[in-house]
Amino acid sequence: MMLSWHDHLMIVPIVLPMLVAGLMLLLGEGRATAKAVVNVVTTVALLAVAIALLRQADAGPVRVAVYLAANWPAPFGIALALDRLSAIMLLLTAIMALGSLLYSLARWHRAGVHFHPLFQLQLMGLNGAFLTADLFNLFVFFEILLAASYGLLLHGSGPQRVKAGLHYIAVNLVGSSLFLIGVALIYGVTGTLNMADVAVRIGQVAGSDRMLMEAGAAILGVAFLIKAGAWPLNFWLPPSYAAASPPAAALFSIMTKVGVYVILRLSLLMFGEQAGESSGFVQQWILYIGLATLTFGTLGMLASQNTGRLAGFAVIISSGTLLSAIGFGRDSVTAAALFYLVSSTLALGAFFLLQELMERSRTFGADLLAVTLEAFGLDRSVDAEEDMSTTDIGVAIPAAMAFLGLSFIACALVLSGLPPLSGFVAKFALLTTILNPDGLTPEVGNPEPVLAWVLLGLLVVSGLTTVVSLTRIGIRAFWVPSGRAQPRLRVIEVFPIAAMLVLGIVLMVQAQPAMRYFTDTARALHHPGDYVRGIMSARQAGPGGANP
Amino acid sequence: MEVIIAIAIGALGGSGIWLLLRPRTFQVIMGISLVSYAVNLFIFSMGKLSLDQIPILRASRASEVADYADPLPQALVLTAIVIGFAMTALFLVLMLASRGLSGTDHVDGREGE
Repeated sequence: MMLSWHDHLMIVPIVLPMLVAGLMLLLGEGRATAKAVVNVVTTVALLAVAIALLRQADAGPVRVAVYLAANWPAPFGIALALDRLSAIMLLLTAIMALGSLLYSLARWHRAGVHFHPLFQLQLMGLNGAFLTADLFNLFVFFEILLAASYGLLLHGSGPQRVKAGLHYIAVNLVGSSLFLIGVALIYGVTGTLNMADVAVRIGQVAGSDRMLMEAGAAILGVAFLIKAGAWPLNFWLPPSYAAASPPAAALFSIMTKVGVYVILRLSLLMFGEQAGESSGFVQQWILYIGLATLTFGTLGMLASQNTGRLAGFAVIISSGTLLSAIGFGRDSVTAAALFYLVSSTLALGAFFLLQELMERSRTFGADLLAVTLEAFGLDRSVDAEEDMSTTDIGVAIPAAMAFLGLSFIACALVLSGLPPLSGFVAKFALLTTILNPDGLTPEVGNPEPVLAWVLLGLLVVSGLTTVVSLTRIGIRAFWVPSGRAQPRLRVIEVFPIAAMLVLGIVLMVQAQPAMRYFTDTARALHHPGDYVRGIMSARQAGPGGANP
Repeated sequence: MEVIIAIAIGALGGSGIWLLLRPRTFQVIMGISLVSYAVNLFIFSMGKLSLDQIPILRASRASEVADYADPLPQALVLTAIVIGFAMTALFLVLMLASRGLSGTDHVDGREGE
């Protein structure tokens, strides 16, 4: 069977960024404009490819497209697999990438050398991690995306970034070691690294090897949980995300989702119903860890004094919500979680970009001052004086401030899950599916109803604290106008934020088709038989492909 | 042979983790290196420990699988070594930058109590 160009589309999200990054490195350190143009064109192309792949993945009832990279049959060579989950993650990556890239063109891309090659390599790592169907290949793509993220985190340099980067890199290097130990243990027990093949063989693992297998999976899980920002391995996250330049931080908001993605995929693939005795062994742990992460994020959000750290804790809340929803192990909850994933990632990306614009006109140390003022009640006298002079006159709201204010409100609504934006739809779907129309009857394999109520409570409380913290920041930024300079915004900075928020609105309006897609995705994930069959029976290409 | 390998991995891993938790950047990077040696040995021993066995098929020898070493862990360990090496180099650069910017080799960028 010969391959048409259409079949090669799947490798494009990996090969294209790699080639472009290499080309840009050849261009040397200057020529920022040329690189910017190349980068934008490539990222737009990636977006188009991602949309094409999404349509391809959504074509049939259950369809897994497989690309055999070296044309070896599945368990021996490295296979790439595209299903609905991979496709939506690719699309989300491309959207976030285009948004942060356009924003960075305003000024950040000139803050250091090699921003553009690193950016493309980051995309290559992300896309590869979403597409690969091989555990060791996953490790390689993780290292690529991490190596690029080290560079992007340090982009712009300065003591803050170097300090945060030191911690970030040390933690992730240890995480990579854990990753390798886990992969080695799984290989030692099952004798394969292909995810689908592992899923097949895991049911046949006997006796004493089972313990080794589960230990391997758990160690592997720790590596992914570090990336997902799960408590107690997430203390690196808020400082490094706050220290990163805003475009890099916006792109990083999808990086924690890589960890969530892998946990979702592997926990359901490897420890689904066919896993025999090991079936469901990870779910309970993921649920507990998710609940702890959610609590930690909620408390951290209340405690944080500057917008960057607050955004970091919002990322943690998002991870915690997703992990605990995945830990529920019910496909309706997973579908809602996927909706939440897309909606919250878009809002977080917009928020990371927005917070820089908001901070731009503020004086250094204003964050600390604001909190201190509040604590000592010094605030009121200052405000009173202000009020005397401005009563009844009214203030004309300039367009820039209006845009910032509206975007901030939109971000706050989505992140906290208040109506009417997509965050509300996501949270509503989560809450209903957790509660279950049957009224919390304990089904087989489902967690205790107590845990369902705990999660329900935590979700509501985290939403409330998000509102409180964001309102506090919003008041400081927009309602205390004492002599602050007018922010100067450029279209290229405004556009990505607006686009991400508009996408959130589209997601809200088109909630039904979106939910249909996510339900199909979740169903396929919870019944991985077709995925496994699809990969294992993939046919070789070319005249040598004698497989019937 | 199994005992020696196990002790080697344990000693490397243990000292690596102890160094990792120390407050000086140099100790941290030594710790990371030791841990990665331990992990590499661990991957290497995962297929099967064997002596004098070749990883590549040879026509002269019989097609007995038991006569061959598992080639996959060797390939994996090679990849892991290369990646680990690159990451250590990158960390080293960052460590020097941190030393230059903060004037101390403490991991937090300032002297602890």
